[in-house]
Amino acid sequence: MLEKAFKGSKRYYGWMTALLAVIGIGFGFYMWQLRFGLGITGMSRDVTWGFYIAQFTFLVGVAASAVMLVLPYYLHHYKAFGRITILGEFLAVASVTMCILFIFVDLGQPMRVLNVLLYPTPNSVLFWDMIVLNGYLLLNIVIGWKILEAERNAVAPPAWIKPLIYISIPWAVSIHTVTAFLYCGLPGRGFWLTAILAPRFLSSAFASGPSLLILLCLIVRKLTKFDPGKEQIQSLAKIVAYAISINVFFFLCEVFVVFYSKIPEHMDHFKYLFVGLHGHGALVPWMWTSLGLMVISIVLLVIPSTRQNESILAVACATVFAGTWIDKGLGMISGGFVPSPLHHVNEYIPTMPEIMITLGVWATGFFILTVLFKIAITVKEEVAGVAS
Amino acid sequence: MKKSRRSFLQIAGVSALGLGLKPVADLVAAPAEHGEAPAERVLKNEAALKAKQWAMVIDTRMFESAADLEPIIEACHKIHNVPSIDHPRHEIKWIWEEEFKHAFPTQELRFLPERIEHLPFLVLCNHCEDPPCVRACPTKATFKREDGIVLMDFHRCIGCRFCMAACPYGSRSFNFRDPRPFIKETNLKFPTRMKGVVEKCNFCAERLAVGQMPACVEASNGALTFGDLEDPESDVRKLLSENFTIRRKQALGTGPAVYYII
Repeated sequence: MLEKAFKGSKRYYGWMTALLAVIGIGFGFYMWQLRFGLGITGMSRDVTWGFYIAQFTFLVGVAASAVMLVLPYYLHHYKAFGRITILGEFLAVASVTMCILFIFVDLGQPMRVLNVLLYPTPNSVLFWDMIVLNGYLLLNIVIGWKILEAERNAVAPPAWIKPLIYISIPWAVSIHTVTAFLYCGLPGRGFWLTAILAPRFLSSAFASGPSLLILLCLIVRKLTKFDPGKEQIQSLAKIVAYAISINVFFFLCEVFVVFYSKIPEHMDHFKYLFVGLHGHGALVPWMWTSLGLMVISIVLLVIPSTRQNESILAVACATVFAGTWIDKGLGMISGGFVPSPLHHVNEYIPTMPEIMITLGVWATGFFILTVLFKIAITVKEEVAGVAS
Repeated sequence: MKKSRRSFLQIAGVSALGLGLKPVADLVAAPAEHGEAPAERVLKNEAALKAKQWAMVIDTRMFESAADLEPIIEACHKIHNVPSIDHPRHEIKWIWEEEFKHAFPTQELRFLPERIEHLPFLVLCNHCEDPPCVRACPTKATFKREDGIVLMDFHRCIGCRFCMAACPYGSRSFNFRDPRPFIKETNLKFPTRMKGVVEKCNFCAERLAVGQMPACVEASNGALTFGDLEDPESDVRKLLSENFTIRRKQALGTGPAVYYII
């Protein structure tokens, strides 16, 4: 089936070339980082994780969201989603690949990465994160590929694929739970030290992932002969509406606990993010924008008439995606490091090379996504052509 | 033919994965073999100083200004090849000074005696009894020794900086760039580091191994005392029984082994 990725229109090739160019530029900057060290980034002794780890955290959520298609289809026999589960699974493959790449570019000594396998350390959450991420990647490649192959050959998928599908459901929840555990089990970091972190991560995941999927479905409908379907998009929209509302609710729960208890170690991080601390507040406009976007999207998604209008829905989904990206891809990580454990306020601002490497990884993800979607959609077009 | 090439590739892929996971599987499958301890090949130096849990008591009453701390910091950074990088983001430090409100942010007081308010406090790795950094490290590059010292293997560290996120005391530094050009005078008896690894105070494990006290203790004119926390006759235990001491962020339960007499 891989050969289908090589036959495409001029526009397809143009898009892929553009992505390759961005990947190439990012790779060049990565070479520089490899030579000089992580000093070319904006990270510091106080803010030791930055843009890379934040993107990783956000994308784990996008990857986990495939379960929002798989679960209704396989556990509730919601037939409509059968048409697009493959898109969710392939989106997960591309996202997890980006996650792994973001961890890789964040390492100070990347050539030693196999030490994680050579000296397995079960007491480290990072060890478990490696297992769940790679496992999830493998599950989605195998499941997606086999199901698509069966669809192409008009046969039933092999029986052994069913147990893997059932395993992939809790596995999706596990990848974002373990990722939250990276942060929320650390004693000196008041911002993350909260049991609601994993649920919050999951709720924002199930908002950001499906909203991206809706946008992708709309693009697919426009550019190809395959229509993901009106009902499918509307069902996804309802999922996004619930998830983004729950996400804001969880956030407000956190705000209550932090500001009613008034424990400084917990409160100072929120103050830094939303009003600024000791005169530092680079993220303040971003955080309010994020909150504003999420609230606007709730209004657009909860009201049936706006949700059912696909143009407004597209705007709402872009709003959800941008809002959750700022929340997790920008505020969540550096917010936990400012102020420092010694209560110094040293801010983090990503540098240009860091942003270019980040864009390179995103482009790699979209390259993989385009290849996989191209294959899936060509197969679906062929199957539809034979049937009619 | 096509079919067999495909299945060959599939089998090859699964095999490669299996090889990669072998150490992980070993960990789960074969703990029984470790029952018998192998014959000890590394002989310990007879002169080495030994303890069950090394600890330090810092008598801050003996300090007046930053000038008193400088020789201590200098002694440590010199023998351990700690680079002096001016760039604030790339800074490396093993032992340094902080004001009371930063050294003890959870114990901040509105009204402090004037002496303490502006007195510089020495801060360093606390060599915690239950260190969060060791829990976080995915490669055991940072580990706790039998004598309580939390050590780093600079050659195993992959530079993920999870330990830095885990440390509630900001005791760890990361080599954001090659540190070697920033070392004024290299001490050939101690390794220099390369870019991309984490480092921190090692309680002078290399000096204890040859029967010497830590460099900072030697340079402190008696203000710093070092000894075995588990030995009731040790100097640190005597100081602890005679003076009221505090530790940094005691409420977190990490069990810091550095005590301060205020």
